[in-house]
Amino acid sequence: MSRLLIAVVTLVIVSFAVFFATALLPGDTATILLGQSATPEAVAGLRNAMHLNDPAYVRFLRWIAGLMQGDFGTSYANNRPVASLIGGRFINTMKLAGLTAAVSVPFALSLGITAAIWRGTPYDRIVTVATIGIISVPEFMIATSAVLLFAVYLRWLPALSFTSEIRSFHDALRAYAMPVVTLTFVVSAQMIRMSRAAVVETLNTPYLEMALLKGASRPRLVLRHALPNALGPIANAVALSLSYLLGGVIIVETIFNYPGIAKLMVDAVSTRDLPLIQTCAMIFCLGYLLLTTMADIVAILSNPRL
Amino acid sequence: MTDVSAPSPSGRSAYRINLVGLVGLMVVLFWGVVAALAPHLIPHSVGEIVDTDYFGPMSRELWFGSDYLGRDMFSRIMVGARYTVGISVVALTLAGFTGIVLGMIAAVSGGWLDMILSRLLDALNSIPSKLFGLVVVAAVGSSIPVLIVTLSVIYTPGAYRFARALAVNVNTMDFMVVARIRGESIFYLIGAEILPNILGPVLADLGLRFVFIVLLLSGLSFLGLGVQPPYADWGALVRENIGGVPYGAPAVIFPSLAIASLTISVNLLIDNLPSKIRDRGAEA
Repeated sequence: MSRLLIAVVTLVIVSFAVFFATALLPGDTATILLGQSATPEAVAGLRNAMHLNDPAYVRFLRWIAGLMQGDFGTSYANNRPVASLIGGRFINTMKLAGLTAAVSVPFALSLGITAAIWRGTPYDRIVTVATIGIISVPEFMIATSAVLLFAVYLRWLPALSFTSEIRSFHDALRAYAMPVVTLTFVVSAQMIRMSRAAVVETLNTPYLEMALLKGASRPRLVLRHALPNALGPIANAVALSLSYLLGGVIIVETIFNYPGIAKLMVDAVSTRDLPLIQTCAMIFCLGYLLLTTMADIVAILSNPRL
Repeated sequence: MTDVSAPSPSGRSAYRINLVGLVGLMVVLFWGVVAALAPHLIPHSVGEIVDTDYFGPMSRELWFGSDYLGRDMFSRIMVGARYTVGISVVALTLAGFTGIVLGMIAAVSGGWLDMILSRLLDALNSIPSKLFGLVVVAAVGSSIPVLIVTLSVIYTPGAYRFARALAVNVNTMDFMVVARIRGESIFYLIGAEILPNILGPVLADLGLRFVFIVLLLSGLSFLGLGVQPPYADWGALVRENIGGVPYGAPAVIFPSLAIASLTISVNLLIDNLPSKIRDRGAEA
């Protein structure tokens, strides 16, 4: 329970930070909106209409109250409500994230667990070195390498384009393949490392030595004795690694021109569309906090001693 | 971090470094030298258009081919090293200094100061780093000082947490009690008693943080929100030349390779540091 409380407190601090970071914007929002040639009266009128003359904390409270009621404000750039801009794109991003999770979790866990079982073998070393390699290169490099490999040299997939008309399953597969593959790499590397570490730690416990001494076979050792005890740490690892999706998704949506909220946010940053940025940032922070809190809760539930 | 680097059995001294670590060290030093001396090493000026073709291939004249305007990639990467390495090092120094000093102060003084600092920095830590960067850039625009401050703010909590955890252990030692009884000031305590005992692991941790900073900086530049033209770090170089991907142009491959070579070698170096440096204090 206290963990949930901490998450809520953190969310409040984060929203505070997001609001005031964007409120730091040099220049006056009303002036920016109306352009250089606006009369002072028009600027003053708009300032009043937008409540810009209120003190910052009133605007902050009003903004939070709006968020709670699903009113995200109006985009500066094209005067449409932020909610309508985000709606469809949010679903797109969730689709991408969901697909990646569906692919990467089984993939990473099987690699991580098998690497732990055969630890010290060449197989384990290859997996370990590969994951370090992937963790230490930027996401966009993985994306460009995937494009170079699959689109340029092998010519299996279209490069750098997200087709809006998806007519068949085949089209969908082609369109999603590259972003999902890239994200899977980014997320899996972390997950493999963490799940491997979790299983290795259990394998080092005295009761596993006992099981080994009484003559249990290797698969039985891992599946019956080690895995049940490593489940908590593994679930924790999965939730934590999925929070790396956020960083990855920002790059991947940009590079593949994928119509999701991360792309929307990057575009909003270049046009300085504050309400849009604030809302996107809050959505991302919320998702991130949800995942990390979930990871903590799973870890606590699986270990009564915590 | 990993067990790829089991300490070599023949190691006579605890300060011996193995081959992989040595290679890492060499590459890191190489980029350091390039960053420092780039203007004297480049064969062509960064802005000069030397190739009539764009996305030219590797040739004897242009080692890494030419970019989307026909400029020499080799020179641009060498100069890009200045921005990537330079900004990251400055940001790391700032983050490391504030994080470690605050961490040691928190550990030594304990009580409410410790609690407030830890809570505050934990909250800061729970904002995804790329998102934080995006919001700041949106708010104040992107310039090199802004980037440095943002990056150091983002990575201060991590350095704080690590230094505090180590310092808390040292804080329980007898010599700390003695120093307290002597009536030493807090600055003497953290500078003369704690710091020497946690320095090794803390520096190793900073090395890993350097990798994160380089990655985040490159990521932001890649999104067009980091280093702004006419300057270009490695991330910006990839962005500029992303149009060359369909042709498999060297202009987009080499800056990526440069980033990868730097970050991977730092990781290798840290993983293979002599255990004497890396674990000092951790086992105390």
